[in-house]
Amino acid sequence: MTATTTTAAIAEAAAPLDGRPPVAPLLERVRAGREFGTNVYSTIDVLQVLYHRVLRVHPTAVDDPDRDRFLLSKGHAVAGYYAVLAAAQFFPADWLDDQGGPASRLGDHPDRLLVPGVEIGSGSLGHGLGLGVGTALGLRAQGRLEPRVYVLLGDAELDEGSNHEAITYAGTTGLANLTAIVIDNSSATHGWPGGPAARFTVDGWTAATVDGRDHDALHTALTGHDGNRPHVVVAVVEPKEG
Amino acid sequence: MRDTFVDTTTALLADDPRTALVLADISAGLFAPAAGRHPDRVLNVGIREQLMVGVAGGLALTGLRPIVHTYAPFLVERAYEQLKLDLDHQDASAVLVSVGASYDRPEAGRTHLSPADVSLIDTLHGWTVHVPGHPGEVAPLLRTAVAAETSAYLRLSVLSNDRPLGIDGALQVVRDAGPGAPLVVAVGPTLDAATAALADLPVTVAYTNRPRPFDIAGLRDRGGADVILVEPYLAGTSSRVVSAALADRPHRLLALGVGRKELRRYGSADDHAHWHGLDASGLRRSVVDFVSPALH
Repeated sequence: MTATTTTAAIAEAAAPLDGRPPVAPLLERVRAGREFGTNVYSTIDVLQVLYHRVLRVHPTAVDDPDRDRFLLSKGHAVAGYYAVLAAAQFFPADWLDDQGGPASRLGDHPDRLLVPGVEIGSGSLGHGLGLGVGTALGLRAQGRLEPRVYVLLGDAELDEGSNHEAITYAGTTGLANLTAIVIDNSSATHGWPGGPAARFTVDGWTAATVDGRDHDALHTALTGHDGNRPHVVVAVVEPKEG
Repeated sequence: MRDTFVDTTTALLADDPRTALVLADISAGLFAPAAGRHPDRVLNVGIREQLMVGVAGGLALTGLRPIVHTYAPFLVERAYEQLKLDLDHQDASAVLVSVGASYDRPEAGRTHLSPADVSLIDTLHGWTVHVPGHPGEVAPLLRTAVAAETSAYLRLSVLSNDRPLGIDGALQVVRDAGPGAPLVVAVGPTLDAATAALADLPVTVAYTNRPRPFDIAGLRDRGGADVILVEPYLAGTSSRVVSAALADRPHRLLALGVGRKELRRYGSADDHAHWHGLDASGLRRSVVDFVSPALH
């Protein structure tokens, strides 16, 4: 699939249903004529489903202690993230222009201190899930049982051993308010025989592996946690090119 | 020092629901009573130091005040990127408390030696570093660190001076040789060896258990033309701070501490103090050579 046809699909899927600006033009605004890597397009559908249909977050309450948390661990998948956040009105759309410029708040990796709605600064792979585990533990320790913590990773990012420290700990201790989302575009150099989900389920996570372009399937998977164990959603998309 | 740390932390967990403790198996048995009382705030992640610091960052992001504890090399060196990114880059803070300072357990060999910990922490911005020289200093230093909002590193040791001194971080003159005398700054548990070594020499000896932020004003106030640092971790760790503080004055600086070379020797902490020149005889030799070679 080429970037052009993918973008067309995104535009179709992102028609404004609720008065918010559609994502696709905002994504084009970030792109500003540059060529995006496939990682941008591999993540956009999950982000849209999360921000439109799953996350209990609102731009007027970015510090609400009972908000859901979305942690983008694969920080390079940032263009779609910025576009979705702008569509959800976490910041003005004109921030999308001049991404990475000297006066811009939007870098090639997100910084939580610079961008409203961004929960963690990321970029170095393998940090989001540990921070997510700590966030989930902190919410639980304070009796905040409603908010849920979602951490988005890539299948290649799972190479980082720090993820496996977090996966095993969260699974064996039954950290029920945590959801990991793995975008699987077959980019891990040595692969994950049996699929990424097996790395989680062996430690007690529930798992759903779905078509990463199918919004209804993603929604079902992203809301499919059982309340007793951490949950992983593997969103399978077309393999990374090259 | 570790016992005092355990007792104080156990009390803090009971008194302040904002406090949390993150462990990686080390000392977990000592915290079993606290874990029983506060299972949601005493978190032993197993032998997973990257996760330990990541969890601390996440806890802090939800408003808790994490205390993070394990052996110094695993806390600071193994998980350094987590300190940089999961704490500092997130604008999250924690109180790190280590055991196993420098050569506290030399029979364990290189894997358990950690002379570089304070240097590594010193690459970060805005951290407070506490190096208590006596178990009696640990509780007030820990309480001060936990009550603050910023990150701190509390470096516990099995080595100790005979008596505790104050904890406000200011250089405390324990022996005054008068204006213009060379100033020896002994950090943490090096003080007793320094005072014993230099008893009959015309040098002022001052103590601190808080090398970061270093007491610049006290240094400028007391410092003569010669300054001698005695630090229980990597030699030269505080050289840049002293040099910057005295940049406008002609001065000389001698930085004593643990050497960089791997000795590949076991033995006792006393043996290592001797080999690194940090026992009384070694300190005396270095200071005399520096201040007044003619005294030899």
